[in-house]
Amino acid sequence: MDFASFLIQTLNSLQYGLLLFLVASGLTLVFGIMGIINLAHGSFYMIGAYLAFVLTSATGSLVLAIVLGIPLALAFGAFLEWALFSHLYKRDHLEQVLLTYGLILIFEQLRSLLVGDDVHGVAIPAFLDASIQLTEVMSYPVYRLAISVICIVLAVALYYVIQRTRLGMMIRAGNDDRGMVEALGININMIYRVVFALGVALAALAGMLAAPISSVFPNMGSHVLIISFVIVVIGGIGSVWGALVAALIVGFADTFGKVLVPELSGIVVYVVMAVVLLWRPEGILKKG
Amino acid sequence: MMKNTFKLAGNLALTLALAAAGIGAANAADKVKVGLMLPYTGTYAALGTAITNGFKQFVDENGGKLGGREVEYFTVDDESNPAKATENAKKLVSRDKVDVLVGTVHSGVALAMAKVARDTKTLMIVPNAGANDLTGPLCSPYVFRSSFSAWQPSYAMGEALAKKGVKSVATVTWKYSFGEESVAGFKEAFEKGGGKLVKEMTLPFPNVEFQPFLTEIASAKPDAVFVFFAGAGAAKFVSDYAAAGLKNSIPLYGPGFLTDGNLGAMGGAGEGLLTTLHYADGLTNAKDAAFRTKYAQTYKLQPDVYAVQGYDAAQMYEAGLKAAGGDPEKKDDVIKGMESAKIDSPRGAFTLSKAHNPVQDIYMRQVKGDQNVMLEVVSKGLEDPARGCKM
Repeated sequence: MDFASFLIQTLNSLQYGLLLFLVASGLTLVFGIMGIINLAHGSFYMIGAYLAFVLTSATGSLVLAIVLGIPLALAFGAFLEWALFSHLYKRDHLEQVLLTYGLILIFEQLRSLLVGDDVHGVAIPAFLDASIQLTEVMSYPVYRLAISVICIVLAVALYYVIQRTRLGMMIRAGNDDRGMVEALGININMIYRVVFALGVALAALAGMLAAPISSVFPNMGSHVLIISFVIVVIGGIGSVWGALVAALIVGFADTFGKVLVPELSGIVVYVVMAVVLLWRPEGILKKG
Repeated sequence: MMKNTFKLAGNLALTLALAAAGIGAANAADKVKVGLMLPYTGTYAALGTAITNGFKQFVDENGGKLGGREVEYFTVDDESNPAKATENAKKLVSRDKVDVLVGTVHSGVALAMAKVARDTKTLMIVPNAGANDLTGPLCSPYVFRSSFSAWQPSYAMGEALAKKGVKSVATVTWKYSFGEESVAGFKEAFEKGGGKLVKEMTLPFPNVEFQPFLTEIASAKPDAVFVFFAGAGAAKFVSDYAAAGLKNSIPLYGPGFLTDGNLGAMGGAGEGLLTTLHYADGLTNAKDAAFRTKYAQTYKLQPDVYAVQGYDAAQMYEAGLKAAGGDPEKKDDVIKGMESAKIDSPRGAFTLSKAHNPVQDIYMRQVKGDQNVMLEVVSKGLEDPARGCKM
């Protein structure tokens, strides 16, 4: 591999890792803070992508679709928390898995009924539809770079909200000792609703941003679900910062694995996960 | 005593008469039982529906009959799930007692079905699944295919590129049997014609993060790139390839699955691409024109290659039944009839090879707008080599 290729592959790794972070961040919040194993997280990614497709078709602009889609996703998340997930906090993980697996089936069937089973594309917004020439034959789409920037901004914003604001403090406290937080007169149910809605919105946003480059297709959520869980586990459950580090590790492992050891590319990510867990059984950055 | 004997004789006569009448009635009303085992949910749902539509269209054109008998359908959704394939196929064969099994799209499911068909000596027609093995090492007198083998369109592309004077090619595909069979077919013809594969890349199915491979292609700078992808993965690869600026400097080729049914999702990135397949838009035979008009009228949908394969599955069975005088029980005659039939398909007429795979023309097609327009026949009467078939 020459040096130029190496640099471009590094860029590929960063860009892929950041997109993975966006999906996994919502999962780590819901899993780490609320203790819910949410298998339907991939479905929220899928719903986001289809929202982008439907709203972009209706409004003619992806940016407008995202602006409209985020409040919809937040409201949808809050509704689900109120209707279903709020009944699960005191139940064990098996029941959570059953419910959220059922939701995957329901969401896919609804998607099939409402939008059909075809593969769709979403147009890249005109002002981002350009590319930068890197070598004489290879160029890099500006849209991919824009996604990376958005992901970095979101990572910083999430870190700030959770570590530096009053809301974040209540979220962290609720995670440590639910009973004590309630005793202090804080409405813990409302906090959980906010966190869950945020998790859904992050997954949906990831789907909306990824729609133009990944295309929109049935079962697209299941593809990202497994890799998201890998990231959450490597990073340390509940740690947003850990998810970022883990997502980048996975991005690099996947990209360079495909190039350097193509025969093993399917397992490189999982080998990395095994090694990390041997070294730090609770993930790179333990929660808290 | 006497009375009893009379009664007995009377009963016997009555029973015989009833039985005779029953047989007669059964003969006249006997229907041909067709088992459609296809995906009606999941990723391949649209393909299963198109195949069913095509099959039923031929039956309708044939007066609602096959071999002169009414047709009774037994339908199973195979969910493209190989784990349930054997059970589903057995249900159709032993509970519903179907005369012919028609299925399916997914190669893994089709291979399991073919095993059931072989073991129970049930006739089977594969209306899509392209695994070489079905008409290769696992071929059977009872298993026919109305579609293609993975080898066929890719081999034709390899030949065509070598003839064009392309010297070096990089390939990318998913690491599963259909992808690897496609690349192998391409490689065989391309290297025979003097070309060389400079890079063979694979990624796990259904991973779609292609960026690392595009970077590799850009640094290897081959004359051309050959890929096998289908569905959403194909749409993404073609879009990514164009977005990386490679489309203008290194031409991209593949079997027709790359651009069939997903041109809309590519949003123009596919324009001008050349692919090979046994069907195309803009064919000039009258059969195709009639087929497309009728299909569009009946189903309010444009037909595709899958609908054609379903239509031809019905045509093949009709040819077999005709040779057997309309009796599906005369299996040897049905099989002989199908083997010697010339099928007047919308794709152009074809016959069946010894291993029961279509011997057919492969078209070079070019993407224009939302169509894969036929440019030329690149391989006339291409026959799958059926390696490993002892029949």
